[in-house]
Amino acid sequence: MSTDTAPRPTFVLRRNRGLFITACLAPALLLVGVFTYYPMIRGGVISFQNYTLFDLSDTGFIGWGNFEKVLAEPGFWTALANTGIWVLFSLTGQFVLGFGLALLLQKAFRGRGLYQALVFFPWAMSGFLIGLIWRWMFNAEFGVVNDLLLRMGIVDAPIAFLASPEWAQTGQIIANVWYGVTFFSIMILAALQSVPQELHEAARLDGASYAQALWRVVIPFIRPTLVLVVLLRVIWILNFPDIIYAMTDGGPAGKTHIITTYMINKIIGAQDYGQASAVGLIVLVLLFAFTVFYLAATRLEKSRDF
Amino acid sequence: MRAAAFVRFAVLGLWLVVTVFPLYWIVVTSLKPQGDIFRLPLEYLPGSPTLANYERLFGFASFGTYIGNSLLVSLAAAAVVLLIGLLAGYVLARFSFRGRGQVMLAFLVTQMIPLFIALGPLYLLLNSLDLLNRLPGLVLVYVAMLIPFCTIMLRGFFERIPVAIEEAAMIDGCGRLQALFRVVVPVMLPGIAATFVFAFIQCWNELFLAIMFIDDEEAKTIPVAMNSFITQYDIDWGSMSAATVVSLVPSMILFAFAQRYIVEGLSGGAVKG
Repeated sequence: MSTDTAPRPTFVLRRNRGLFITACLAPALLLVGVFTYYPMIRGGVISFQNYTLFDLSDTGFIGWGNFEKVLAEPGFWTALANTGIWVLFSLTGQFVLGFGLALLLQKAFRGRGLYQALVFFPWAMSGFLIGLIWRWMFNAEFGVVNDLLLRMGIVDAPIAFLASPEWAQTGQIIANVWYGVTFFSIMILAALQSVPQELHEAARLDGASYAQALWRVVIPFIRPTLVLVVLLRVIWILNFPDIIYAMTDGGPAGKTHIITTYMINKIIGAQDYGQASAVGLIVLVLLFAFTVFYLAATRLEKSRDF
Repeated sequence: MRAAAFVRFAVLGLWLVVTVFPLYWIVVTSLKPQGDIFRLPLEYLPGSPTLANYERLFGFASFGTYIGNSLLVSLAAAAVVLLIGLLAGYVLARFSFRGRGQVMLAFLVTQMIPLFIALGPLYLLLNSLDLLNRLPGLVLVYVAMLIPFCTIMLRGFFERIPVAIEEAAMIDGCGRLQALFRVVVPVMLPGIAATFVFAFIQCWNELFLAIMFIDDEEAKTIPVAMNSFITQYDIDWGSMSAATVVSLVPSMILFAFAQRYIVEGLSGGAVKG
């Protein structure tokens, strides 16, 4: 939010400047206020109310009732644990592969533009379609993954990927990594290209190997971007139930739910807005705590390093 | 050095295969007759390609209506977002005024909060506005959802354009808005196109709001319709893969055209921090 780039207002508009600014911002603020902020705040209130769509006869306040009910469900804790696994492994996979791809794409070669257009396309796909495609590929009987594994002699019998929680979750993470590498490679590539060439060359002239120059010079330089991108990604992966919804919808037996698919099931399945909102509020608090912790940790580390 | 280059291209090639294969596989599946889809060993090239899956989709599942609905909703929402976002982004880029930081913060916060906490109340709100099961209701919600990000993106594009061009136009007698739409907008057309494509793709792909708010057969968008294919006992993978391919086409074409500028718009913001 840099204010220094803003120009001095030009003389033509000095008189009705305030009116112009208000008029330009009003539609945006109005819509976001009514269709985003109001429902969010109402959601916070509903989490303390008895609010199921099947029976709206008594929607009184029930204190922490919804929270107590949710916290008492084993399904909630499974979903919470799965969320940790889902975020951690998806993030790591996306980051490592995305970083590697960005490094490889940094040097110009013939056809790089076309190559990028091709490998970036998962970004334009919906999580729902990605989930469906991978669900088909992981199909126990007629899935191509099993077929390839059998042909290569890696397995003797087809694996029922989506029937066991562990395999299903592995499959979901693979699908998510496949999708998310693009985001990281785009962001990291842009960051890498902002590193002054002299900086890198000076390090190499001083006798640093490629890896050393990368570790000592390039990474510290783009560190702020990396920190921010990882934070945004954690929030995004947590709020991205589409792949899981399409692949298993939490199955088998609710064992692959993450917290957001669990919440969606409360809304679409049970139509219990009170409990769903309570889960939402818990997610919000956890996200907030994570953000504060993460920002503190990354800053601490920085002050020690330099 | 030659070895390093070889490794580099080998890895890039491998990644290309990994990226493209799932898409290839869904296209191949969609072109197989039912019998071949469910027969082992799998065929990696469709031995007897057929459009039967597509014919079934459009004949029996009235997929044309869903495509029309999705196109309508996505185009309308993207257009409205663009207009509103242009005005807001312009003001945020060009003026410093009291409350500007707060407006930016209000936009950024919406990107951090899980949308799902608002899902129930949004349903109730649309219900009381009599907008459930109606495409304009969906457009309205999509517009509100996209405004923050698109405004921030457009603001970034504005900031790259020198103020001098508008000032020159205004000295020549243009008003603010005239200068904006006749001089600035043409210069940042690539950025505007990228924002439009971004908004379109987001709406085209959106699932959960549409599932919540649309139930009528006539008003279903593609993801909603496909979702109702799943809830039946078995997934008909022939139709499903055809539906997947069809629903991928528009966003892929747009992405191919605007890819460079979208990447620029997205990464520009992040690098600047």
